This record gives sequence, structure tokens and C-alpha cells, in this order.
Amino acid sequence: MRAVRLSLLAATAVAALTAVTGCTEKGNSGDSDRVIDVTATDSKCEVSKKEFPAGHVELAIENKGSKVTEVYVLFPDDRIVTERENIGPGTKQKVTAEVKAGDYTIACKPGMKGDGIRQAVKATGGTAAKRDPRLDSAVAAYRQYAQEQADATLPLAKTFAAAVKAGDLEAAKKAYAPSRIGWERTEPVAESFGDIDPKVDVRADGLEAGQKWTGWHRLEKSLWQDKKITAEDKTLADQLITDLTDWQKRVGKADITPTSMANGAKELLDEVATGKVTGEEERYSHTDLVDFKANVEGAEKSYELLKPVAQENDAALVTELDKQFAALNTLLDKYRADKTSYDFTSYDKVGDADRKQLSDGVNALAEPLSKLAAAVVTKSS
Amino acid sequence: MTDTEKTTAPSRRALIGWGGAGLALGAAAAGGAVAMTRTGDDLAPTAAEAGAAVEFHGAHQAGIATPVQDRLHFAAFDVTTEDRAEFVRMLKDWTAAARRMTAGKAVGEGAYGGLAEAPPDDTGEALGLKPSRLTLTIGFGPSLFEKFDLADRRPEALVDLPQFAGDALDKNRSGGDLCVQACADDPQVAVHAIRNLARIGFGKVVIKWSQLGFGKTSSTTPDEQTPRNLMGFKDGTRNIAGTETDRLKKFVWVDSKDAKDAAWMAGGSYLVARRIRMHIETWDRTSLQEQEDIFGRDKGEGAPVGKAKERDKPFLPAMKPDAHVRLAHPDSNGGATILRRGYSFTDGTDGLGRLDAGLFFLAYMKDVREGFIRIQRHLATDALNEYIQHVGSAVFAVPPGVRDQDDWWGSTLFSKEA
Repeated sequence: MRAVRLSLLAATAVAALTAVTGCTEKGNSGDSDRVIDVTATDSKCEVSKKEFPAGHVELAIENKGSKVTEVYVLFPDDRIVTERENIGPGTKQKVTAEVKAGDYTIACKPGMKGDGIRQAVKATGGTAAKRDPRLDSAVAAYRQYAQEQADATLPLAKTFAAAVKAGDLEAAKKAYAPSRIGWERTEPVAESFGDIDPKVDVRADGLEAGQKWTGWHRLEKSLWQDKKITAEDKTLADQLITDLTDWQKRVGKADITPTSMANGAKELLDEVATGKVTGEEERYSHTDLVDFKANVEGAEKSYELLKPVAQENDAALVTELDKQFAALNTLLDKYRADKTSYDFTSYDKVGDADRKQLSDGVNALAEPLSKLAAAVVTKSS
Repeated sequence: MTDTEKTTAPSRRALIGWGGAGLALGAAAAGGAVAMTRTGDDLAPTAAEAGAAVEFHGAHQAGIATPVQDRLHFAAFDVTTEDRAEFVRMLKDWTAAARRMTAGKAVGEGAYGGLAEAPPDDTGEALGLKPSRLTLTIGFGPSLFEKFDLADRRPEALVDLPQFAGDALDKNRSGGDLCVQACADDPQVAVHAIRNLARIGFGKVVIKWSQLGFGKTSSTTPDEQTPRNLMGFKDGTRNIAGTETDRLKKFVWVDSKDAKDAAWMAGGSYLVARRIRMHIETWDRTSLQEQEDIFGRDKGEGAPVGKAKERDKPFLPAMKPDAHVRLAHPDSNGGATILRRGYSFTDGTDGLGRLDAGLFFLAYMKDVREGFIRIQRHLATDALNEYIQHVGSAVFAVPPGVRDQDDWWGSTLFSKEA
């Protein structure tokens, strides 16, 4: 681990490193320009400056309140630029973000609830980080990928919705898992919009007080557990298509950076580790392995696009990631007869020992994957 | 790379207690100075002792004859990589991390202040805590020798344990290619250590099972009061002390003479780990007389049957033929003696409303056949068996100590020249 870090440092220009840590080069605008002190209390969200130069900025957050809080940097349409959750009372946290010139909102959410206490801020000037052009192409290619996934998902979701509306239980069950693949491949992008995910992909235990349960998993429960399709389900099927259409329209405008791609890849593995490996995600249909595979594919796509730059900065990491992606894919292939299909073994048929093996494979991949962002950012500015 | 050396050099030598580098036996004697600050029945270590660092380097691994700390996190791992070089690299990474953590330092570049885009090298929950006498001790299980073409290096003394009468072993709590015993005075320090080693090991090894322990049930410092197990009894009064160099040499440390078939083990030892469930509820309904008869000691003082003081020499014929002390005593086992470092455990309840609790038995010995197996066979008629059940089991070859900054865990086994 140390060897990796040292090689990163060695490969890093001074300017790049200072940008990462939230400082600029001496003689430029000065270190403190890029650090925004955020003082959060139970009733206030004070920021030390409301204008700062675009590029890498660092929020130095201190929670002086009595509740656990979280701090968000948001685009004007409430998409999340970056966030830090679970900031305990009396603790300090730092979060960095790469922001372009424009208007933003900083929100503190004491008790981690609601819309939060908001402050308008502005990133100014043209000093946005200069990126390796290969990374810009990676971002462009990934944006295209995310759009393709959304475009391809909609017809599949419509097939699913049509079966639900026709009251055809078997056809709906058959169409369920395929309708989710594109979503699962690009979930971090969808989640960055903030409002779509809770409508289409929430599970019963994820509901907030007063929130109506809609989306795929509500229908999953009707199909597999209740074994009947109600009139309300048919309405929910329409709602799912409306929400997914919203996603399809917005996905192309998602703010994507090389680090958000890298961290998104890691987040996809986190999704697998916390939801799929346990069988919680698809608790009625047991189609968890389909989501699992899609998450891995989405992570692999981000990785492949970032690989040329990561290879230069940390060749050993790339070797390890190639190996672990291959190992996990080989392991997943044990659970489908045909490697071109998404007909995976029902997860309730996967025993504890095999689940542990899958979990071990996820850990083996996710741990090095958590270092991908650092391997990309060292050359990114 | 000089930076690496600088930052990993121990900086708190003044705090270091037992087992100095390269002079382990001498240091064990010197360790008496630490123990002497303790008064009679004072079971808790003084603040300075509890917080101090135990020297990581030495002829033997720390965590065997060094004073027993109060908390345990023990983990058994399976090796998942087939690449020997990769496994050796991990052992070296583990050693570097262990060297830092036992000195009270964070792993790698620490838990904060590094690149914002990367997860920190250290998980951070031990920041600000003292070294807490953390010791990390590694062992290699029999199954490891089937990997990496090591079959011919498996020591004869590392036998697979036979089935003992009354065993109800759960395979999910047994075995393992390797193990790490983390002992500390602060449970958070012990848990932090295993967590970070597991993290470094992702992709190479996976945790097979683990056990948390509290309330050490035996002591390697005889001037301390003998700790009590969850049955409320003192057990292990005559355990081998860290200062008893003769008995350590005779019963615990493998020497080059013993290790004809496995020279790489010289300076090491063998570890038997058993998860022993206690039927707490039925025990607690047992009359005091029966409890004392079963152990062969009184419950208050811990004196053997017919004697007045705990440390009085037991007269075995005075005890019932199936009394635990009588059957376990070296005199009943041709002199067989083991060094125990067990801990109490409780893992909540068992679904039937009973406490899932007992003794996590850890014992070190020179030869598993002459030590644990011999004694455990003799314990087949132990009256205590009605109240206990062995539910987990593992055996490991514990290699010699890490000699210095350039050495690493398992070097004698994995180095080409050895």
C-alpha cells in the first residue's frame, strides 16, 4: 500500500497535488481561496466565503451543533456535486470537489433530514482544472454510455410495464430483471440526480416516513410475494415509465468528472457488497445476480475508460484490477449456463459458502478499485 | 525509501516493556521489573503498563510468553491467491503494518491528511489510543502446507487434531490456512489491528472465522492473581510464566534440535485454539459442592482440595478421580505442560435464550502431540465435560519472531534459502 502511494507521489506534479488538497500554487490566488470553511450547527450553515475560483475546492466542515449532520454541494437543479454524510457533533471533516464556474448551493442537513439549510455560492473565473485530454474523452465516452444504457432500458421497461398492465403475471416476472440492467450499470449517475432513485429503485426498508412506495421493488413484491397484480400496480407501472423517461432525458446532462467516474465504479461494487451479496435487493424475485453482473459491468466500463491514465500513474493497480475483474466475472459465470444471457441462478439457491465466495470476490475487487480515483486525479490538473 | 525506514522505526522505546529485539530471553527476565510495579492482588495493569508498547521484534513472536493482555481479537484466514510471490508480498505488508500498529502508530501514511480522493491507509479508530500492549502473532495452519508446494516443509509436530470425545465441531469456526492473534488492553486496538490486516489482505486472503475475547482466563505473570473463567473458578494457577525460561525452553519454544524436519520453526511454537462453549445455565444451577468437586479447587481462594492457599501444591489423590485439576495436571500426564492464553467470550444468545458463552482456549506448546493431544485425551473422563462442549478447533505452526526491520513474518518458511 505504501509503495503504491509513494509511486503516486513521485508521479505527481506539485501543481496537481496542491490542487487535490485544495490549495493552489504559491503566487497564484493563494491557498485560502480554495478552502471554504463550513460551520454547521442545528440551525445554521455558515460559509466563510460565497465566491471562490472554479477548479478544485475544499470544504472544511465543522459540526458545532448537537445533531449528526451532512453537507452537500449542489447544482442549481439539486444534482449532487459532492456530499459528506455522518458528520458527528463536534467533529471536523474535509471534502473536496472539482467545480466549474457557475452557481452552486451548499446545504447542511442537521439530523440528516429534509432539504437542509442552504447557502448560495458561486464559482468564478476560468481557472477550472486543466485536464488530461484523455480524461475528457473518457468522460465523454462515459456520458455516451450512460445515455445508451438509459435509451436501451426504456423499451425493456415498457415491455415490463405492459405485462403488468395486461395483468400477465408470468410475462411481467420474465420482463422484470432485464428491465433493470441498464439502470444498475449506471446507477451512480442516476443517483446523482437525487430525486429519481427514491422513486424507481427504493426498497420497503428504505422508505422515509410519509413516502409512498413506488417503482420496481414495489411491483416485485406484488409479482412474487402477493402473486397478483392490482389496479394500483398498473398505475405504478405507468409511473415507473414516467420516472424512467425523466431519467433518460436528464442523464446526458449529468455532471461527470474523472473522479466521479472512478468513485462511481467503486460505488457500484459497494452496492453489490451491501445489497446484492446479502440477497436484500431482490428479496422477492431473487434476481440479485442479474443486478450484480450489471453493477460489475458498469464499474468495468468506467474503469476501462480511465485505464490509460491509471496505467501511467499506477501500473500495479491496473494489473491488480484487471486480475480481480476477471476473477469476479469468472466466478459470476458459474451461475449462468450461457455466457451471453442474463439468466442467472436464483439467489435463494445460492448457498452460504457460495455467497461468501462471491462476497470475498467483491472485496478483492472493491479494495483496489477504491484507489482508482487517486490514480486518475494525480494527473488530472 | 529512506523515508519509509525512518517512519517505521520505533520511536517510543522508553515505553517498551518485555522482549527487547534480539534478546528475548534476557528481556523476559528484565520484564520482571514491569511486573514488580504491581502489588499483590492488583489484577488490572497500571495505566503506564496498559498503555505501553510491547517490542515487536525478537527471537520469539510477542503474544506468547509476554504478559497476557485483557482483550483478544483472533482471526483465522483462508488463502485465496495461488501466487506465492503475491502471498509473500502480503506477509511483508502485514509485517510492516504490524510493526507500526504494535508501536501505537497508524498503518501506512495514516488515517487522514493523504490524498483526498483515496481512502486513507489506516481506518482510524485507534487514533489517539495508546499502544495498549498490542501484540500480533501469526500462525500457519496445516492446510497452508498443501498450498505453494510446501507439503515437505510441514513440521511433524503440526498434526491434525484427532476427534476427541464430546467434540461438536462447527466447520465454520474451525481450521484456517493462517491465523493472527491480536491481544491488547483496549479492545478497540485489537479490533483495529485485525481489521486493517484483513483489508491489506483482500484479494489474497479472506477471513474464515474470528473470535473476540475478554477477561483473560490465564496469566503468564505469576505474581498476578490467577484470573477466573466464566464458571467463576481460578484455573491455570501453575501456568508457565513469561519469566520461567527453563519451562519455556522445555515446553513451549521449538529449538533447532527439535526441528529436524522443520528447521524453519526454531524459535517458534505450536498453537491450539479451541472454542469451548460453557453450558452456563446448568452450571449455575449446580451446587457449590459439586462445582468445587468438579474442579478440585475451592471457589473462593482457589486452593486445591485439602489445602489452604491457591498456590499450595495440589495433592491429587485427595481429589475425585474425574476432577478437572487432577486430570489436567502435569503429574497425571507424564509431565505434559502447555502455556495457556485463553479468553472468555460471549457472543450474545444462541436462539434458545441461552448465553452463547465460554472459553476461547489458546495454548502454545513445543509439540502438539505431547502437549494438547495428550492432555485432552486424558480429559475424556473430566467431570467438567458435562458442562462444556468444544465447538471450534484449529491448530497452527507459529513461526519464530521477526528479528529486525528487514525481517518479516514467515521469512524462515518462505525464503528461498531456508
